[in-house]
Amino acid sequence: MRKSVSAMLLVAAMLLMAALTGCGEDKKPAEAPKAEQTPAAAAPAPAAAPAPAPVKEMQVGFVYVSPVGDVGWSWAHDQARKAIAEMPGVTTSFVESVPEGADAERVIQNMARKGFDIIFTTSFGYMDPTLKVAEQFPNTTFMHCSGYKTAPNMSNYFGRMYQARYLTGMVAGSMTKSNILGYVAAFPIPEVIRGINAYTLGVRAVNPKAEVRVVWTKTWYDPATEKEAAKSLLDVGADVIAQHQDSPGPQEAAQERGVYSVGYNSDMSHFAPKSLLTSAVWNWTPFYKDVVEKVRKGEWKSGSFWPGMEHGIVGIAPYGDMVPQDVRSKVDARKAEIVAGTYKVFSGPVKDQNGVVRVPDGQVLSDQDMLGMTWFVEGVVGSTQ
Amino acid sequence: MDMDTALLLSILAATVQSGTPILYATLGEMFTERSGVLNLGVEGMMIVGAFTAFLATHLTGNPWAGVLAAGLCGGGLSLLHGVVCLIFQGNQVVSGLALTILGLGLADFLGTPYVGITTTGFQAFAVPVLADIPVLGTIFFRHDALVYLSYLLPPLFWLFMARTRPGLALRAAGEHPAAASAAGLSPVRIRWCGIFTGGFLAGLGGAYLSLAYTHLWTNNMTSGRGWIAVALVIFAFWRPGRAVFGAYLFGGVMALQLRLQAMGANLPSSLMLMLPYALTVLVLLASSARGGGRAAPAALGVNIEPEE
Repeated sequence: MRKSVSAMLLVAAMLLMAALTGCGEDKKPAEAPKAEQTPAAAAPAPAAAPAPAPVKEMQVGFVYVSPVGDVGWSWAHDQARKAIAEMPGVTTSFVESVPEGADAERVIQNMARKGFDIIFTTSFGYMDPTLKVAEQFPNTTFMHCSGYKTAPNMSNYFGRMYQARYLTGMVAGSMTKSNILGYVAAFPIPEVIRGINAYTLGVRAVNPKAEVRVVWTKTWYDPATEKEAAKSLLDVGADVIAQHQDSPGPQEAAQERGVYSVGYNSDMSHFAPKSLLTSAVWNWTPFYKDVVEKVRKGEWKSGSFWPGMEHGIVGIAPYGDMVPQDVRSKVDARKAEIVAGTYKVFSGPVKDQNGVVRVPDGQVLSDQDMLGMTWFVEGVVGSTQ
Repeated sequence: MDMDTALLLSILAATVQSGTPILYATLGEMFTERSGVLNLGVEGMMIVGAFTAFLATHLTGNPWAGVLAAGLCGGGLSLLHGVVCLIFQGNQVVSGLALTILGLGLADFLGTPYVGITTTGFQAFAVPVLADIPVLGTIFFRHDALVYLSYLLPPLFWLFMARTRPGLALRAAGEHPAAASAAGLSPVRIRWCGIFTGGFLAGLGGAYLSLAYTHLWTNNMTSGRGWIAVALVIFAFWRPGRAVFGAYLFGGVMALQLRLQAMGANLPSSLMLMLPYALTVLVLLASSARGGGRAAPAALGVNIEPEE
């Protein structure tokens, strides 16, 4: 009996795994397509005026890795989807919580087969599935977020979030009293490491004595663990908590202990109104609108796009009331320089944790090096493993 | 008090907090298993509990209403398992798994509109007198009401099983249902009670996550804690005292590894995150070497055939 119980448990675990990978497909609350919007006929002008060229109908699909309601990564993309759904002649639909891998390929393929004109796939793990489907449907435009592969009908794109991270770091560095800042981070991949580095450079630009302590949770989305990670940083004396997660757990921990926090993805001020300094936020709307317009006009070209703050794709949310005016002016001034292109976040001299100069004075880190970043800058306490 | 002592105390206090949801679920599953029913749906009942607790608190403003709703809904979901296993003699493993998937799906489906809202929930408060005890006060008596409630459960569990007639009946249903039946008891009815109580407690474990640990609801927020509870029942040899030890051990390692990182210990985080699981494997090995498996209720997982 005893053996069979353990055997049953083992079988159970395996069945569960199989079931979990299979069941994502069931959740497809694809939004009912919007009623067709015909472009408003030009003013009541009589036939004398040339009739406006008919707007080409566009169907745009989105594939999300997490639920849209999460106020995080997928939510930010969905805000942009809602915005382009308002464009004349555009209908959109989305599938949320699609596991990366075989399920993703099926979902993307389904959209392509239904004749979608553009398909946005918004998670790193969708890269290969997107590429595979792109090869099968050469007349569909594919946009993959956060990867590096392209095809004649597939681009990859991302935003220079590190610019916003740098600015939030300046705010945090100005507000800390203990000179210990905490950073709750998901996984040690270049995207996250780059964010931590930019944040630290921002912190040390205004406060060279401060250090940034990193705790990895190895989760994107586990509010309890992420809150606990924030608490562990508070226990070692951190008095500002920043994060790279999809949940507001760290914000809650900071508010409860009466210290400050910096949000990510979207303006998180409603989670911690008393303690949130600002948030580094995504705004995909301008970029997505641009893609839809270009595809419609036949001007779209495949490529790798990495727009920054100058395009409004990333930014910082409004400051909390506690941020004093002199800090705001300083950060706003630096923001203007970044937007104007006169200031680069990773401009030398930049040293790593061991004091080795990684970017010499007068030079700027290349995009290539930024995309493959696996080392921490001076001022970070933690391991990149 | 110097920095190191303070840090150590905070780790131990965090241990109690992260162990509490697991403790509720483990005791619940243990109760069900002692009646002879294996219910692998703990994760599903927990997540449903987490959601209904949040919803009821959000609607009424009273976290205790949330706790009650979580218990009733966790228990209600577990009754499905009873229908399959006690009425239709279905396979307990398959039914429990289905319950997990159903619970996760249901909570996700119903809960999506509530993601991103915060609620009042439970706040930590110091117990008068007890909180002033040096060391122990800081570790055990500066938490929220659900933690304090969880302190009462293991002794009650033990008293019920060892000292009461219904407890004896429950054990009989788990060890030898035929004998229980011969003694004039109804093992099927007893198992219904075992299943519901287990579901109720799993629901409370979920409620702890959405009302006390954090004050918000998000999809999939149990993230595997229900499965840890299932493993801990075996680890604990079906005994409540050891369940407390197991739940706090797991909670402690979770709290410790995060703080080691925060302290700047230059160890790979993957290695530290592996600690709780590595520890579970080790302890399971040790317990089976000592013949722990024999502690399982003899009729665990075996359906009661209906009498002709």
